[in-house]
Amino acid sequence: MSGGDYAWFDEDAGPLARPYTLTRGRTRAARHELDMITLVVALRLHHAGELDHAHERILGRCQNPISVAEVAAGADLPLGVVKVLISDLIDRHYMIFRSGWAPTTAASPDTLQKVLDGIRKL
Amino acid sequence: MEFASSDRPESPGIEAMALKILIAGGFGVGKTTMVGSVSEIEPLRTEEQLTERGAAVDDVTGVEQKTTTTVALDFGRITISRELILYLFGTPGQDRFWFMWDELAQGALGAIVIADTRRLPSCFAAIDFFEQRQVPFVVGVNCFDGSQDYEADEVRAALDVDQFVPVRLCDARKRQSTKELLTTLLEHIMAVNVHASKAPAGP
Repeated sequence: MSGGDYAWFDEDAGPLARPYTLTRGRTRAARHELDMITLVVALRLHHAGELDHAHERILGRCQNPISVAEVAAGADLPLGVVKVLISDLIDRHYMIFRSGWAPTTAASPDTLQKVLDGIRKL
Repeated sequence: MEFASSDRPESPGIEAMALKILIAGGFGVGKTTMVGSVSEIEPLRTEEQLTERGAAVDDVTGVEQKTTTTVALDFGRITISRELILYLFGTPGQDRFWFMWDELAQGALGAIVIADTRRLPSCFAAIDFFEQRQVPFVVGVNCFDGSQDYEADEVRAALDVDQFVPVRLCDARKRQSTKELLTTLLEHIMAVNVHASKAPAGP
């Protein structure tokens, strides 16, 4: 770094997240748009030594469909870290996620009615 | 039983749709309590860590001051059916974590804003946020200790929310009360959608 004329402004400084050790510095989930409520599930079992501890820990929590937020809460890791690790596991075909529905898609009247009926039955 | 965690008869599949509703309001207003009152699981906590570059740079050393902040989110879950899971997220109590609110609000069905009549201004930020993002919301006036010092309409006037936004008295600890508030919210969301679809599309 060469003296005082080097400066970061706004986005140049990168996302407002710590460059995590577990993710080797990556702070963004590569390739996959994972929301807090995106559902993920493990596809297959792995053999010992195939995965590092952090990935193993995440995969172990996803034997049943579970949201990204629940994985993060259970693994006691920050959301950003868990998103990167899950993204790795998806890339390596250990895991799939519920695609084809973006959280920005408005819920249909039919879906809203089902939610309302479900809440009334609580 | 193979998995202890899947003892519900209707465990959702990966094809299930996950939806979220936000529970907002000032710090300590009862957001997590409300989440817990209807959630089928004990509210879970997930955290995000931020490193913010300090605004001030130490002139002597040239070392940038960094602060690490942890933003905590509490959330619960209601499994509606094999196809539908509803998550309830309590928003961070501090207004400065706007970036977290953005991700939370993206795709949210709607929100409940909890108001505390002893310190109404603490929910102004949440109301402003949802109004600007056009996220449908209802206001729940939390009656602590069963005290009811104000009528819902008085609170509505003080909050200056639109006439069509439901304002209801509630008790964040009670399942039945939260259930009614969620029902009101869903009915409100559906009414807003119908209204929007009937709105004239320009001149």
